[in-house]
Amino acid sequence: METLSYRHKAQERAAGSKSLAIIGVVASGNLEVLVERLLPDTECQVDINTAAEGFGAVWEAVVADFVERRSPGGLKLSINDGGARPDTVALRLAQAVRLIEEEDR
Amino acid sequence: MNARKLEAPDVSRVANSKTVSWYEASARQRVRLMLDAGSFQEFIGPEQREQSPHLRVFDLPTQFDDGIVVGRGRIAGTSIFVAAQEGRFMGGAFGEVHGAKLTGLLRAARDTKSVPVLILFDTGGVRLQEANAGELAIAEIMRALIEARMAGVKIVGLIGGRAGCYGGGGLIAGCCSALAVSEQGRISVSGPEVIETNRGVEEFDSRDRALVWRTMGGKHRRLLGGAEAFVDDTIQSFRNITLHLIGSVPGFGLDVLKAEQARLEERLQRFGDCADAMDIWRAKDIFDAEAVPIMSSSDFIDLANRDGDPRYDAR
Repeated sequence: METLSYRHKAQERAAGSKSLAIIGVVASGNLEVLVERLLPDTECQVDINTAAEGFGAVWEAVVADFVERRSPGGLKLSINDGGARPDTVALRLAQAVRLIEEEDR
Repeated sequence: MNARKLEAPDVSRVANSKTVSWYEASARQRVRLMLDAGSFQEFIGPEQREQSPHLRVFDLPTQFDDGIVVGRGRIAGTSIFVAAQEGRFMGGAFGEVHGAKLTGLLRAARDTKSVPVLILFDTGGVRLQEANAGELAIAEIMRALIEARMAGVKIVGLIGGRAGCYGGGGLIAGCCSALAVSEQGRISVSGPEVIETNRGVEEFDSRDRALVWRTMGGKHRRLLGGAEAFVDDTIQSFRNITLHLIGSVPGFGLDVLKAEQARLEERLQRFGDCADAMDIWRAKDIFDAEAVPIMSSSDFIDLANRDGDPRYDAR
């Protein structure tokens, strides 16, 4: 197992008022993302626990791209990863932010 | 929740639960779409990070909810407890934390003496990486389940997930007040591969999918009385049958146990010599037994109901 953590400055606070959301499942080629509104509005943190070791550079690039596109200010995202591909990771991160931004129906 | 929100028809949600496949849905989707909108309150949610302490020893990734969602909610206004296993995380298998969450839920239900419990099974059995803790969890869950039933709680099991309901999950299911199963659901203790490994391919060919389904699948379990109800593979169907079952299943006591023992003895006597599920269907005088596996859900439900309702004096 490998543990990674990235902290970024975000341009804007993520919309909505929900305090947490979760998406995905820990399975082969898949991952879960738990997103919590815990940080100051301009901060964003992504903590990763992954079964696939040695891909730090790829994670760093995917996370940087995510922060730039979604501007997830105030959010702490925690990942349990079962060896997902970068496109799956990007999808789950985007889903997590959308979930915490939308109002409960 | 304000009055306007209560009155507004939630069109998207209604469309969703009618069409969303139970088999394809995640544990969280099943809970969200089955219960009244916005009514679910989770206990020990993922943010508490109560994860398996054993998996890291094997260098395996954990899941924040340890593969089971437990909490309280409402279904058509009725207060219920609910537990849903996530079959895609380690095959929905029982570990120490996973099991403890279900045990705790059943004890909470016991203390209320009335609030029904829904168990959305989706499990291959005990997690091999924490087998001792998992086996103990199965025993604790069965004890807690029986104690809850003795206190007057109805416990309904719903089975239609990708992992089926195997191993200790099959034992727990057997202790429930009633079970509902879809065609995709399978209920057994030893799985197909386990039987083949221990007794040989002549005994059970695990790659023969038709054999697996007609031995352990939802249709056979319904015809044999192992499940009280057979449902279509949609979340709406499981919601409807749950409402029916919590309204109709009997209480629990010595007379019910005696009736169940009599039912099982009679079943063994009638079908004990049958070598295949199809022999049992023929022995039950089901017209065109060969057609049962390909029958549509609605035709099958008609057939199963003609064959006789489940005995409501037993279980």
